[in-house]
Amino acid sequence: MRKVYLDNAATTPLLPEVREAMLPFLGEVFGNPSSLHDWGDTARQAVDAAREQVAVLIGANAEEVIFTGSGTESNNFAIKGLALAQQSKGKHVVVSAIEHFSALHSARTLEKWGFELTEVPVDKYGMVNPDDVRESIRKDTVLISVMHANGEVGTIEPIKEIARIAKENKIVFHTDAIATAGTIPVDVKELGVDALSLAGNQFYGPKGVGALWVRRGVRIMPLLDGGVQEGGRRAGTENVPAIVGLGKAAELAKASMSARIKQLTPLRDRLLKELPASIEHVMVTGHPQNRLPGHASFCVEFIEGESMLMFLNMEGIAVSSGSACTSRALKASHVLIAMGISHELAQGSLLCTFGLDNTDEDVDYMVKVLPPIVDRLRQMSPLYSKFIKASKGGK
Amino acid sequence: MKHKLVYMDHAATTAVHPRVLEAMLPYFSQIYGNPSSIYYIAQEARKAVDEARANVGNILGCKPGEVIFTSGGTESDNTALKGAALALRKEGNHIITSAIEHHAVLHTCHYLEEFGFKVTYLPVDRFGLVSADDLEKAITDKTILVSIMLANNEIGTIEPVAEFARLVRDKSKQRKIVFHTDAVQGTGALDLDVNKLGVDMLSLSAHKFQGPKGVGVLFMRKGTPFMPQQTGGAQENNRRAGTENVSGIVGTSVALKMAADNRESNSRYCQGLRDRLREGIMSKIGEVYLNGHPTQRLPNNLSLAFQYVEGESILLHLDLLGIAASSGSACTTGSNDPSHVLVATRLPEELAHGSLRFTVGTDNTDEDVDYVLSVLPGIVQKLREMSPLTSAAVRNKKAGS
Repeated sequence: MRKVYLDNAATTPLLPEVREAMLPFLGEVFGNPSSLHDWGDTARQAVDAAREQVAVLIGANAEEVIFTGSGTESNNFAIKGLALAQQSKGKHVVVSAIEHFSALHSARTLEKWGFELTEVPVDKYGMVNPDDVRESIRKDTVLISVMHANGEVGTIEPIKEIARIAKENKIVFHTDAIATAGTIPVDVKELGVDALSLAGNQFYGPKGVGALWVRRGVRIMPLLDGGVQEGGRRAGTENVPAIVGLGKAAELAKASMSARIKQLTPLRDRLLKELPASIEHVMVTGHPQNRLPGHASFCVEFIEGESMLMFLNMEGIAVSSGSACTSRALKASHVLIAMGISHELAQGSLLCTFGLDNTDEDVDYMVKVLPPIVDRLRQMSPLYSKFIKASKGGK
Repeated sequence: MKHKLVYMDHAATTAVHPRVLEAMLPYFSQIYGNPSSIYYIAQEARKAVDEARANVGNILGCKPGEVIFTSGGTESDNTALKGAALALRKEGNHIITSAIEHHAVLHTCHYLEEFGFKVTYLPVDRFGLVSADDLEKAITDKTILVSIMLANNEIGTIEPVAEFARLVRDKSKQRKIVFHTDAVQGTGALDLDVNKLGVDMLSLSAHKFQGPKGVGVLFMRKGTPFMPQQTGGAQENNRRAGTENVSGIVGTSVALKMAADNRESNSRYCQGLRDRLREGIMSKIGEVYLNGHPTQRLPNNLSLAFQYVEGESILLHLDLLGIAASSGSACTTGSNDPSHVLVATRLPEELAHGSLRFTVGTDNTDEDVDYVLSVLPGIVQKLREMSPLTSAAVRNKKAGS
């Protein structure tokens, strides 16, 4: 059976070059970078080189890059750490309503610790209006965090504008760039942000490693206490092979970014056009233009996304109905709800994210396989029969 | 000149075992799915994580659901202490730990002090042992959490954790006191059965037992009060968010199984090398003292204090000759303070500065021990000849006689 992996937003495979770069550090080069001997030195040099590679990817200084255990840790660290470091100044935090749960739940944890939280709404495309951010600012606002792009609907947010507003008001601004770093150009100076999260498994690097960039001079309270690794900001023996892999993935992403975008965008555009054309009552979610290059997301009316996923899986196609991190929660996506999509429609969410392995044939296959699945599911759907009855009755 | 390379710093980190690496490799590029997704490639990843969890649970003597995978020993310690303390803050604000914990525990306690918790740091005797009497006396009606390490990373002393846990359990009839142990050291040497130990929480770090870096384990007994520390997705049954490090988790499971299966033979082997090294050094070099407990210690740990010399200087000379050892915890090499562990054993500061740790592993051989024994006496002698401490001591002796 044909196997088509269209869930690169959940995680990407490791590129062979990345794997090759990592292997020595899972074998003979095993030292602890904090050790003073040669074994330690070699590992330390590898970590430093990777730090430079990640810094180059985002236009930052290497010493401002902190390696973490994942994108989730980076977001937890940023939101809790930046807020707690400033709590004597104020206890108000602003985030968007469509943040990934690692950011949103971190902000809600802060609420338990006496912070107040404003969740800025989005429009029907999932776009934050910078004016809403401006209006949410109070005297005691110490942190604003808005994601660079949303992983569920692909919408790219106006981060530059929001960063400017934060700066005018002297408020620390963090962006979750987990969906964008390594995928589209991300330059911390150009964006004007103070802190930025990224994750290796989103751009063909390994799982279990992320990074948080924090501009020099911005105070952050450590999330993990212990040893003095990462300049005293993140304790724990460095995950050397994964860090090396992240560095290599960053280098490759930087070098081939425009080629990758050129490869993914036409696939995305074909699917965005052809799927709604081949199935009735399918809407595209997210922004029509300002969206991630490999990202196509839809709501299929009258059916339940999970069953659609199961049937697609039986045909060898891997897609998702939203964030992988919440797939087990079985709730309607908070992102789609925030965009004003009804709970019913949100159940039919379908997320197809292209990667470097995908081809035009994959789009053909998807467009061929999905319509009969949807037909079948709709025939079993009470919602659909109600709709048919109502539309017949209307005639 | 190309000389022999001898790695004797296994407490800092170990090489990934080839069989562990082999088990990990498919999960990098072939079975790369995100375990939270529902299709084939993700389900295989999910199955691998579930199997690893069951295997780790089996070795620890707990249910798979009581095993949480983290990004390392440091995260496990942080999560255990902060998670339990913050969940219990309405019940009380007192925490008990020991003065010789790893910084992952100690600094977490300092952090919790900033949140209004009171922490008692139990002293240790000159061997690094915590006393049950001190622990018992320290418990108050506000105590919610006790954390005492299973074995110390610097001096190798093994603490009687099962006895401490029993004592705490007896004291917490009315009200739950959570008992955590940092078992990051000694995974390959000690019995980690959580029921025999009687602990509520236990931390492990995979790269200490030939598993990969970047993976830790936190055992959390069912019903233990806990507030998640890394929030986000619903992974690890809502207790630790973040995409699972599938290859790392698989590697951890395989490494832990090997460590458990070979515990006795590995311990015996390491202890043989360690004892030869100790006897050799003691007989060839004068004024060297053993740090830590003479018998109740990890089989692979040899921590020594050399009079009149700096441990760091010995280390650098050893490194030039291809030998890797350590002067304390790798995690604190950024700082110049004497080790808090040695200070807690009331070792005089100059001896603390003259301390050196060898931790052997199964990849070490008798030849490695011979090589260290052939070069170390010369290094120490050379350094002592240059040392102002030596000449002062010699002068004092002369003046006294």
